Amino acid sequence: MTSLMKKMALALTVAAAPLMAISGASAEGEKYILVSHAPDSDSWWNTIKNGIALAGEQMDVEVEYRNPPTGDLADMARIIEQAAASGPTGIITTLSDYDVLSGPIKAAVDAGVDVIIMNSGTPEQAREVGALMYVGQPEYDAGHAAGLRAKGDGVESFLCVNHYISSPSSTARCQGFADGLGVELGNQMIDSGQDPSEIKNKVQAYLSANPDTDAILTLGPTSADPTLLALDETGLAGDIYFGTFDLGEEIVKGIKAGVINWGIDQQPFLQAYLPVVVMTNYHRYGVLPGNNINSGPGFVTADGLELVEKFAGEYR
Amino acid sequence: MSEVQAPTTVEDERVIQRSRLRESLIRPELGGIVGTVIVFTLFALFAFDSGMFNSQGIMNWSQVSAQFMIIAVGACMLMIAGEFDLSVGSMIGFSGMMIAIFSVTLGWPVWLAIIVTFVLAVSIGALNGIIVVRTGLPSFIVTLAFLFILRGFTIFFPQTIERKTIIGGIKDAAEGDWLAPVFGGKILTGLFQWMGEAGIIAVFERGTRQGMPVVDGVPMLIVWALVLVVFGHVVLTKTRFGNWIFAAGGDAQAARYAGVPVNRVKILMFMFTAFCATVFATCQVMEFGSAGADRGLLKEFEAIIAVVIGGALLTGGYGSVIGAALGALIFGVVQQGLFFAGVESSLFRVFLGVILLFAVILNTYVRRMITGER
Repeated sequence: MTSLMKKMALALTVAAAPLMAISGASAEGEKYILVSHAPDSDSWWNTIKNGIALAGEQMDVEVEYRNPPTGDLADMARIIEQAAASGPTGIITTLSDYDVLSGPIKAAVDAGVDVIIMNSGTPEQAREVGALMYVGQPEYDAGHAAGLRAKGDGVESFLCVNHYISSPSSTARCQGFADGLGVELGNQMIDSGQDPSEIKNKVQAYLSANPDTDAILTLGPTSADPTLLALDETGLAGDIYFGTFDLGEEIVKGIKAGVINWGIDQQPFLQAYLPVVVMTNYHRYGVLPGNNINSGPGFVTADGLELVEKFAGEYR
Repeated sequence: MSEVQAPTTVEDERVIQRSRLRESLIRPELGGIVGTVIVFTLFALFAFDSGMFNSQGIMNWSQVSAQFMIIAVGACMLMIAGEFDLSVGSMIGFSGMMIAIFSVTLGWPVWLAIIVTFVLAVSIGALNGIIVVRTGLPSFIVTLAFLFILRGFTIFFPQTIERKTIIGGIKDAAEGDWLAPVFGGKILTGLFQWMGEAGIIAVFERGTRQGMPVVDGVPMLIVWALVLVVFGHVVLTKTRFGNWIFAAGGDAQAARYAGVPVNRVKILMFMFTAFCATVFATCQVMEFGSAGADRGLLKEFEAIIAVVIGGALLTGGYGSVIGAALGALIFGVVQQGLFFAGVESSLFRVFLGVILLFAVILNTYVRRMITGER
């Protein structure tokens, strides 16, 4: 029986080994925690991780990345509370649902932690929660700009493939695009889910049911990659007007091949990198830019793809 | 030549003698108690000054543990009755969304929205149970179906009605409502105010709440968790109905012969599980002020993990609510504590897996001790 106890203690100690190793190596100085709303499965956020890691290295500060494993925003609110309780110098967080996240963020600010909002949310919301600034791409505006561009290219109807329908900012992109085009969004937005083969088949089904569709808008690599495949299989690749948010290896290839007309780059690298740099300088020297920073939208087309291609999925 | 045994050694040979140690070992809570002690010792050693044990940190992992506890109590009693409910996570998302739709979209008073949602959720729980007992299908399959049905509706309704999947504004709607504080309020605020003033706990350094304690009360979420744990424990160990639950999960046929209404017990347990999920959802919605279509994802498995760590057998008929509550506590403390200790969050799953595996092995060992099987 005591051997059982010993075994149990041993197993737990072994499981806790990484815990001891890391807590022993905690550095002195500034510590910044980045909290995102992204589930573990979303590959786009790798660039964010690269961005914050590089910034931490260059500024010689401690950085951490935290996210709710399933993308549950209520879990994310707890993570922010937890981050604040651990007493960091600053928190960098997305604000993908104001109702859920504003309380914990405000509490962190009131408790003396500096906060920068990145990626999701709006500049107004960032101001309301008491954040230093907002670094990101206003989603509706980006969608709107894309809609205007597509309208100029003669598009009249479209399909918006929404793979993250529970996030209001995703819907804002589709809505902005529809408004930019000057058409009703209606049923042109589909909830594709995150499974690649489901996305592919839903796109194919939509296109065969609505053969008059002029254009496709995808909201990131998760939906763009399977959509590319869907178009390949149905022989529509290159025929249909195709725009997407965000970049990734497949998207860059698509732009190069002329299948994708443009990608809207919100430059996630900067969204992670800049807040660390800004906050470190603020905490060390008291300097702060006087305004929010728009990291996007930037349209990436077939011209000047070289650097983009080289760093796609890593820094772009 | 008399071979008569001396009367002093008379013992009933039908009663197996067990040492006291062995006796205490077969309690289902054992794994939970040992685990809790180990986990707290480890974190006290390696993460003590990380903020994990200041007022904010304690509140943080207590809330997360309380969430797990609420659904673990339901899952535990259902599992002892011999069934599973995989629709718990979807039920959390569904009932939260229903409250939001009733109160914000339809403009009902919040108390009515909450009551109607509870009725609806518990009815769905009953439906789950009725299908299981009538068809004799494994509850695993039936509730798996409801996992998808409920999640589908949770996305479909708000999408159709409001063209979005997160409905906010519940905080404004709940203003002045008499039932909302039962789920979203806080108690003991005076005590925390005093502790803040006395310098025992941290206070806000700036902003409009300057000087007020960072933790200003015990959320109703935690109160609900404790109430449910006590309720579950008393029902299970002190009442005839509790014995029926054990009997239904242990050997349903034998229980029926003994006059236990097995079907009714199982259906009631499904309803109770749905009730617990709705308590979870209501607390969450009242705290955060919005309902989202992705709330509660994978929570059913987290509830089952807490229950299993707490010593219940997957085969039913054996377990304890206190054990499940300790399982939930371990789960919450480890999940949040690894962060405070600065461990990469992906390693949490490794840790969880190890604990789970270990708990199951311990459970198997215990079961063999009870049944004498080798």
